[in-house]
Amino acid sequence: MLNQLTISGLTARLARREVSAREATQACLDQIQRVDGKIHAFISHDAADALAQADAADREIAAGVNKPLLGVPIAIKDVLAVKGQPLNCGSRILGNFISPYDATAIEKLKAAGAVVFGRLNMDEFAMGSSTENSAFGITRNPWDTARIPGGSSGGSAAAVVADECIASLGTDTGGSVRQPAALCGCVGLKPTYGRVSRYGLVAYASSLDQIGPCTKDVRDSATLLGVLSGHDLRDSTSVPQPVPDYAKALTGDIRGLKLGLPKEYMIGGLDAEVKAAVDAAMKKFTELGAEVVEISLPHTDYAIATYYIIATAEASANLARFDGIRYCARVDGNDPIELYARTRGAGFGPEVKRRIILGTYVLSSGYYDAYYLRAQKVRTLIRNDFLKAFETVDAIVTPTTPTAAFKVGEKADDPLQMYLSDIFTISCNLAGICGVSVPCGFTKTPKLPIGLQLLGRPFGEEALLKIAHAYEQATPWHKEKAAF
Amino acid sequence: MASAEIDVKYVAHLARLALTPEEETLLGDQLGHILGYIEKLRELDVTNVEPTAHAVPMVNVTRPDETRPSLSHEDALRNAPKQGGGLFIVPKIVE
Repeated sequence: MLNQLTISGLTARLARREVSAREATQACLDQIQRVDGKIHAFISHDAADALAQADAADREIAAGVNKPLLGVPIAIKDVLAVKGQPLNCGSRILGNFISPYDATAIEKLKAAGAVVFGRLNMDEFAMGSSTENSAFGITRNPWDTARIPGGSSGGSAAAVVADECIASLGTDTGGSVRQPAALCGCVGLKPTYGRVSRYGLVAYASSLDQIGPCTKDVRDSATLLGVLSGHDLRDSTSVPQPVPDYAKALTGDIRGLKLGLPKEYMIGGLDAEVKAAVDAAMKKFTELGAEVVEISLPHTDYAIATYYIIATAEASANLARFDGIRYCARVDGNDPIELYARTRGAGFGPEVKRRIILGTYVLSSGYYDAYYLRAQKVRTLIRNDFLKAFETVDAIVTPTTPTAAFKVGEKADDPLQMYLSDIFTISCNLAGICGVSVPCGFTKTPKLPIGLQLLGRPFGEEALLKIAHAYEQATPWHKEKAAF
Repeated sequence: MASAEIDVKYVAHLARLALTPEEETLLGDQLGHILGYIEKLRELDVTNVEPTAHAVPMVNVTRPDETRPSLSHEDALRNAPKQGGGLFIVPKIVE
């Protein structure tokens, strides 16, 4: 079935004129009809618009136009602006908002010929690890619909694994692409901070957010990264670095590379089957000719506390814009302050309120130095741990998550336990480095995917993807399909 | 570690966020618990450590000061909860 293809598989068949972009897009739309009642990866999708884009792509293909994603259906997390389409961030507060412009990442996808469609479900404003915090209902894990898909980009990972699209975009602030990719069983990449423009991405924590692809294999991740990357004058934190041909780095040869296994990641809460899968992966790396050494990231244990100060502080400032004046579902008041408070009280869900209050508190007079400034200093220590490690190793290997997917509702009433499920992914954002999660096995009963995380140097995506690709090609995990 | 006290009502006012009394109580308990966990940062000596605000240290980033196309008046107002005469309508601010 066409909807099961990878980007490289589909573009090859489109180039040979064996299939049309319309057929591939229709196959994705049919799959959504068939399965999304069970998975609920999509908040909404505009089928007519998707087919119109596909027809335009078919005309270009017929005219001999060559673009990297021409005719490839790619679905979008509901936090990225797509002109003329709804934008809700998984929240009630935005009401009937329609994006007036395209995010830079979306412009780039369209310029590369992609069929950009759908609004993928997510934790409200990307705050969460399970996609249970959406105002539009929960998304379910294709491997076991009683379980969560991870979050906040749960819709992005589930849609790819359920073959409702060829690939998707998510965003990663503390693991929100890598964690759901691990729990659903696909490839999730968080590029280096500054690699991909954030223009048109609704900000959660501006110093941590990055847009990243969810894909069916590592080659597709490399292809999408190449399209998305690059300097953008509209995002002053995007970095003017040349964009390499990432697919060229996928040689399969990782002989002589040095991989570090941080001893701090072998914690008590690490599930035995996850640990066994990571141990087996390390053995596979050795067979492939890489050298595996133990390293230390001594400030690992402080990452979650640091993150929940910095991220919530930034969120409390960023989300101030949702005040019911220029947009949002307004709730009237007798004066502007009452209008703001009522609009926000009615529009935001519980996790967003929790983080706004925490972020406002740590920034408030008398607490700034004790919390926010201290957290920024610890962030320096965490970043230095990684930079020091990268003096001796080419990449760091860890589990992506301490356990496989948990059950719907299991952690919903205990925010701190939910935060702790991000323990392995959060440091990467604080340090601003790049990371990718690839499938590395399954638990026995029930059968659930396990993710392996690789962390690389700032702007070291070529080496990172090379290692991930060599591992993927030497193992069978990415070929397994969920039965649901 | 003892949970920190947080005056939710006051902080919610700073954040311009209307909460129900039930939400105030629940958030107070949960945030006390989370702040208790966050206290662990006090274990570290951060003397002489520079803060990191952004992982990619770039400063004074500017772009050419040139006129560029921007949203039309109509597009800018399209998502307004209330509008009239080409303006956003808001409650009275001054007497």
